[in-house]
Amino acid sequence: MITTSSRFHADSLLSWLLRLTGAAAVLVLGGIVAVLLIQSAPFLVEHGSALWRNDWQPGQTRYGMAAMIAGSVLVSVLALVIAGPLAVLLAAWLRYFAPLIRRPVLALVELMAGIPSVVYGLWGMLVLVPWINQWAPPGASWLAASLVLALMILPLALLVTDTALGQLPARYLQAGQALSLSRVGMLRRVLLPQAGPAIVSGLVLQFGRALGETMAVLMVAGNVVQWPTSLFDPVRTLTANIALEMAYATGDHRVALFVSGLLLLLVTAVLLMLSWRLRGERHEMA
Amino acid sequence: MIGKTLKGFLLVWLLSGCQPAEDKLVITGSSTISPLMADLAEQFETQSGIQVDVQSGGSGRGISDARQGLADFGMVSRALKTDEQDLTAHLIGRDGIAMIVNAANPVTALSNAEIVAIYTGEQQNWSSLGGDDAAITVVHKADGRSTQELFLAHFGLNNDQVQPDMVIGENQQGIKAVANDVNAIGYVSIGTAIYEADAGAPLRLLPLSGVPATLESVDQGRYPLSRELNLVSQGELSETASQLLDFMTDPDRAATYHDYYFLPVSR
Repeated sequence: MITTSSRFHADSLLSWLLRLTGAAAVLVLGGIVAVLLIQSAPFLVEHGSALWRNDWQPGQTRYGMAAMIAGSVLVSVLALVIAGPLAVLLAAWLRYFAPLIRRPVLALVELMAGIPSVVYGLWGMLVLVPWINQWAPPGASWLAASLVLALMILPLALLVTDTALGQLPARYLQAGQALSLSRVGMLRRVLLPQAGPAIVSGLVLQFGRALGETMAVLMVAGNVVQWPTSLFDPVRTLTANIALEMAYATGDHRVALFVSGLLLLLVTAVLLMLSWRLRGERHEMA
Repeated sequence: MIGKTLKGFLLVWLLSGCQPAEDKLVITGSSTISPLMADLAEQFETQSGIQVDVQSGGSGRGISDARQGLADFGMVSRALKTDEQDLTAHLIGRDGIAMIVNAANPVTALSNAEIVAIYTGEQQNWSSLGGDDAAITVVHKADGRSTQELFLAHFGLNNDQVQPDMVIGENQQGIKAVANDVNAIGYVSIGTAIYEADAGAPLRLLPLSGVPATLESVDQGRYPLSRELNLVSQGELSETASQLLDFMTDPDRAATYHDYYFLPVSR
């Protein structure tokens, strides 16, 4: 009797503790949103309608952010387009076609995932940008930023895909073999569709990481505020803009940077919701 | 050590509301000045025992912190503007801005009009400026940097007239951009440019209006694109603050200024 009551007590204590930590997480996020909103409110009233223009000239109180929002999204999308398929193909190949080298390669990839992003940025600035510059000056460009980001998100995208494939029931593989399906056919028709939702959710997380990356992008993107007309045009992302100007900004300029932080949060939220819908549909299909 | 910090806190607490604590100075502002300031502050601390806290964050922060009383001095790497005359500027040294091109670029001099034409996008190829037939990579600085403000003011440009190919933040990033691109042109702090060129970076400093970009020409006041390094303060200086100012402008400190490729004010 005593033992059950004391266990009940311990359980309820733990559950309250968990609720408290859960609430703390929500409160912190809510606090960030609240601070951003409060900081931005007066500015939004005054300049809100002009935010959707392209000209960012804070010195002349012109705060158009459309080109930078586009920059953030374009750079991250291209990075995902490059890294996503590569990660999926590589993971599938390692698991089903080259199981012998899978362990050592994954160990190497884990090491890659641990490299700080600024190191990728440095490599991009000193190697990749001069290389692109040789045939399409100035070199610092949308393409350079996306390549650096792709390299950055590839390791974790690969590891997530590998885990997703590993969690598939072994009977799929056995049933496929019993039906003497080809390995490629089995991968295409059975394994990848089954692991699809988990793979997509992993890629979405990496997309969010690409969107939030600051220093590596700042070092290779060229940071000119404009809509790029080709892959070799420089772009500026919202995060790079904050990092470039925050230390030197005062007054409305500073608030405008808070607003760009708020916009970044909005873009991330919209993309997350999109991905949830995507995953939901995939689940129903499966 | 802990006792000292505790005493400091207690003192700050006791004196808060009346005036800043006497045994500690806070100096914030220009990232151009802060490395020099940190070095001088350390020397001052060992000599006088007065603690000096140096924080970088841009000339804009120097102005606003001095105004709000958050700092005893704000570091500002330019002259005060007309709407900043409520503050007092103490000139502690000078710095210049150098136009830099890659050492492999055959161009050795550009007129002011040519520099303006390059930065506004009217002139996009080196060939008509005496260089190779190649597109010019225009390297510009981000908004709010005093280097950028000074550059724009000197050439009579608005920031929206400039058509850059690359926008950079720190001086070092500008050095890397020009050192890695044969066809790039940029501008950085003259001290940084001379230091990096001496250290082997493939850079050429262009003369401005016929005056070579050297520390001597800045010192003689002949170099057109130079700037003041100021400590700004509001109201009466405390005794420790004026003590620090005297220490900094002492001719014995000249060697430290030269370490950072700045020029002390000659007295």
